[in-house]
Amino acid sequence: MKKTLQHTAPAKGMHRRHFIKLLGGGIAVALTWSDLDAWAGPLARRADDNSIAAWVQIRENGQIAVFTGKVEVGQNIRTSLAQVVAEELAVPVNSIEMVMGDTRLTPYDRGTYGSLTTPTMGPKLRKAAASLKEALIDMAAVQWKADKSALRVKNGSVVHTASGKTLSYEALSKGQKIVLPLNDRVKLTPATEWTVAGTPVPKVNGRSFVTGGHKYVSDMVVPGMVYGKVLRAPAYGASLAEADTEKARAAAGVMVVKDQDFIGVTAPDPQTAANALARVEARWDTTPQPSKAEIFTYLKNNSEQRGGAENAAAAQKAFAAAPVQVKQHFEVQYIAHVPLEPRAAVATWENGELTVWTGTQRPFGVQEELARAFSMPKEKVRVMMPDTGSGYGGKHSGEAAVEAARLAKAVGKPVKVVWTREEEFKWAYLRPGGLIEVAASAESNGKLASWEFHNYNSGGAGIDLPYKSAVEHIQHHPSKTPLKQGSYRGLAATANIFAIESVMNDLAAKLKLDPLAFRLQNLEDERLKNVLQTAASKFGWNKNKPAGHGYGIAGGFVKNSYIATCAEVAYNEAANELKLVRVVAAYDCGTIINPLHLENQVMGCILQGLGGALFEEIDFEDGRILNPSLSAYRVPRFADIPPLDIVLVNRKDIQPAGAGETPIVGIAPAIRNAIANATGISLNTLPLIPQGLKKNS
Amino acid sequence: MKINVNSTEYTLNVPDNTSLLDALRVHLNLTGSKYGCGEGACGACKVLVDGRAVPSCITPVASVQHKSVVTIEGLEKDGKLHPLQQAFLDEDAFQCAYCSPGMIMAAVALKSRNPHPSRQEIIDAMQGNICRCCAYPRIINAISKA
Repeated sequence: MKKTLQHTAPAKGMHRRHFIKLLGGGIAVALTWSDLDAWAGPLARRADDNSIAAWVQIRENGQIAVFTGKVEVGQNIRTSLAQVVAEELAVPVNSIEMVMGDTRLTPYDRGTYGSLTTPTMGPKLRKAAASLKEALIDMAAVQWKADKSALRVKNGSVVHTASGKTLSYEALSKGQKIVLPLNDRVKLTPATEWTVAGTPVPKVNGRSFVTGGHKYVSDMVVPGMVYGKVLRAPAYGASLAEADTEKARAAAGVMVVKDQDFIGVTAPDPQTAANALARVEARWDTTPQPSKAEIFTYLKNNSEQRGGAENAAAAQKAFAAAPVQVKQHFEVQYIAHVPLEPRAAVATWENGELTVWTGTQRPFGVQEELARAFSMPKEKVRVMMPDTGSGYGGKHSGEAAVEAARLAKAVGKPVKVVWTREEEFKWAYLRPGGLIEVAASAESNGKLASWEFHNYNSGGAGIDLPYKSAVEHIQHHPSKTPLKQGSYRGLAATANIFAIESVMNDLAAKLKLDPLAFRLQNLEDERLKNVLQTAASKFGWNKNKPAGHGYGIAGGFVKNSYIATCAEVAYNEAANELKLVRVVAAYDCGTIINPLHLENQVMGCILQGLGGALFEEIDFEDGRILNPSLSAYRVPRFADIPPLDIVLVNRKDIQPAGAGETPIVGIAPAIRNAIANATGISLNTLPLIPQGLKKNS
Repeated sequence: MKINVNSTEYTLNVPDNTSLLDALRVHLNLTGSKYGCGEGACGACKVLVDGRAVPSCITPVASVQHKSVVTIEGLEKDGKLHPLQQAFLDEDAFQCAYCSPGMIMAAVALKSRNPHPSRQEIIDAMQGNICRCCAYPRIINAISKA
């Protein structure tokens, strides 16, 4: 770190450096300096990522600035991360200012996905805050010539316990950055002693959202900005044969950018840009593409064969010998994330440097994407991500950022690109469709005898069997996808756990065993057992159900958190009508950091999962998405929402896990199993009943 | 053309087929109303026109001349939030909150014609608004309690 500083700092800046000798604590020297940005230039390297200042700084006014490359997409980490820092530093949450997802100001971060913020960024920031607290106590000890064991922190100050005298953090740090290395052995406040973390702190910047004041990227305006639109192909696999852009140029202020297959327009307002784009006359060459009707055959035929023949033979042998067998295949359709704010970016070039604001879960990933697109060093690209209009795993990529930057470079002005809903449906990426084949068997005493499971294309998340089976053969076969596919909340766990929990239900039915008892009998994982029992008890699993009603249960775990979901449906046989009566879920993600927002996440996951469970599916034919609008693609609305009861299991003895994904996995199999219970019909597709029960029965 | 938004008269010079949403967002820089679908199917762009909640994305700006338009920015009075804005905060009735302005405007229209709606009346009135984060139960609570 010292080396970096000497390398980049001009000699005149040297006087700003201060060396403070500290005593004890295993730390010899605290190096602090001020005005780093002022002398090091706008795109300079940040403080070393292993230093406290990279993560937490005390402003001269006493505000605590916290730096993280993670981003806020509605999961409320701006609040929960502020809470854990406030806890370690003994300051109120409102004295924390979170600086998030800015490639210039925050340490490198791979991205906000995979439920990683809470288990990785939370501990990192706690460690940084605790290290800072330790340094502040050391600094006060030096100033007071006191033993640091006589000191403690309270409400943003170091307090000398005996005399009662205090020094505020800002009086100690004097606006300087504390670049001591993070102390890996620093003592953290245990969850049992938390007073700020673990409490229902409201969304920290909530007011700006209900007033309309918050600026999402799609709301942003920079001086001199124009609006960009990009010409899209009519189908996947189409290439531009020829294009006439003359008519598009007719309107005042319109500029047309053509570069090989890329055609874009800019205009002083979005309507003029859209009008101009509509006047581009283009002819496209298309190639035949697979359609929805043949998708599952296609995915299987184009999949990779994996080894493991011996294992497969063992599973098949055990299957053949077992008295109770279930053999099923499951079809899972492609679905869309539909973040309510579509992809958006504002890009501006200045002196060969590129600045982009964009709604993305991976600002550093987009920075690299831009650096590649324009063959420039990534240090000359700054990406910033204001709190954005959701993602659900659907905003890992930087398409709008690249398009805005491309247009901005060509027209020499800042450009904003906001995708339409249609573009978002057609040209973002989807949750993969998949085919799952399962053959499972049990002994007549209810013990699982064999488990053979093949997933074609969905992915490997959640594919492992949580239950104990004598023989297992489990494989994910990657395939060639005809549609753009990518990450989605819970990844393939929604598909895999749907299949696992459906098969478990049907095995129990064949065995004439209670589905909950059958699961518990084959389970060793205490946390999964606990959520299953907790949900069942809250639901009243053992209570008699009204005639025509069905109960279903499902559970699972991914990424170190556990969900169990119970559903009740009512089936009116005469009318062939099905109603979701209620849902109960129990969830355990270890220590709870914010129960208010955790419950919100679990609720959102379950209800969003209702869409994929019941009716969401992308329809496509020959490379064209046929339902690219919210009037054609159905997402859950108010009338779809059943009464929902959520039990949060707070395990203060277990490190917190991320909660934005796992709760989605239980709802589809729970409803499916409830339908089977009520009607005797085993539905093995996701969505279960896109046209209502009738079509599928 | 002239339009009245949040009790202020504006003169606009916009392309013929400009929507009320673009007029608000682009020409008046009132960006609280959001684009979500462009076909009046998600409610993110809802504003009040003469007291009724309408999707501004499919409302031609020319059609609201001589009418009174209220947007989310017009609800706060003297630094005090509208009861529905406050209720959304109190109930934590959002996640990404991109839908909140449209939700709140639709709820303001509902409450002005029906101050004590039942749960079912809330569902019926709000069916045109999508919360993709699915904070629906809390939104219903907020509307009930406001």
